[in-house]
Amino acid sequence: MVLGIDASSSSLSNKNLSVLVVDDDPLIRMLHDNYLKHFGLKPHVVENGKEAVKLFQLGIYFNLILMDNEMPIMNGVEATKVLRDMGSTSMIVGVTSRGSPSEMQTFMEAGLDFCFEKPLTFDMIDFILKELNMNDDDDDDTNN
Amino acid sequence: MARRMLDASNQGLLLQFWLATSSLSKGKTRMDRNRLQHQAASMRRSLFDQGYLDEPFIQLEELQDDASPNFVQEIVTLFYTDSARLIQNIEHALNSRPIDFDKLDDYMHQFKGSSSSIRAKKVTNECTVFREYCSAENAEGCMRSFQQVKQDYAILRRKLEVYLQMVRQAAVSQKA
Repeated sequence: MVLGIDASSSSLSNKNLSVLVVDDDPLIRMLHDNYLKHFGLKPHVVENGKEAVKLFQLGIYFNLILMDNEMPIMNGVEATKVLRDMGSTSMIVGVTSRGSPSEMQTFMEAGLDFCFEKPLTFDMIDFILKELNMNDDDDDDTNN
Repeated sequence: MARRMLDASNQGLLLQFWLATSSLSKGKTRMDRNRLQHQAASMRRSLFDQGYLDEPFIQLEELQDDASPNFVQEIVTLFYTDSARLIQNIEHALNSRPIDFDKLDDYMHQFKGSSSSIRAKKVTNECTVFREYCSAENAEGCMRSFQQVKQDYAILRRKLEVYLQMVRQAAVSQKA
């Protein structure tokens, strides 16, 4: 149920947020892409952690990164660690399908802001976007 | 009867008859559309009640809009493609000797990932059972569980196709 979530009004404030979806499963990529579009966002989508790191190295900043854990070449834990080591300040939200507490903890310790179990729901995205918008407000306050 | 209808004094009756039949046919279209929508809703309800789909499936349907008019069919088709490939891989892995349980677990993990994404509850739950047999390296348990997964998947696919067809028919009748 989509209680209390007004996607249409939040889509106005979400227009300026840049989002990256990192997942090796085309079904999940399509699903999360559409979920985020529903909230007025235009996500970039890549297949694995290495691609996400490459984008960072190119100087492309994302407000939000949705990071899958199990991916070939470079998984979510590694990619998150590398991104944080390189100084990324993006909000990184882990999206895991294993769900065991120890795996989620390992993933969190890599440098995540939040970790959810797949698949995402409207509630989770709404929560993430609210947190994002709150962080933006905090940044504005400290800059003034 | 016909002779009476042509009678000038019965022209009012004829007019009423014409009006009645034309509004009846409009009403019939409305009835058809409502009936089709109602049928589709009932079908979806039974998919939830029987545990084949989880209620958050409704969120997937809400993602379908003018920008993505075929989203549900597209994502379901992706699921079928993924599933067919994984089922084949699992069959092959189960028939190999010795059985590579790590590989099996990996395939089933992927299958669980896509089935949970489209909220296929029964299939997802059976994948979990399979993975438990896998980590215990219980070949017989894996094979039994895999039969159940395939069965649940086949039934889900059949019911889902019926449901989506009902939804399509209801949508088409709205445009008529």
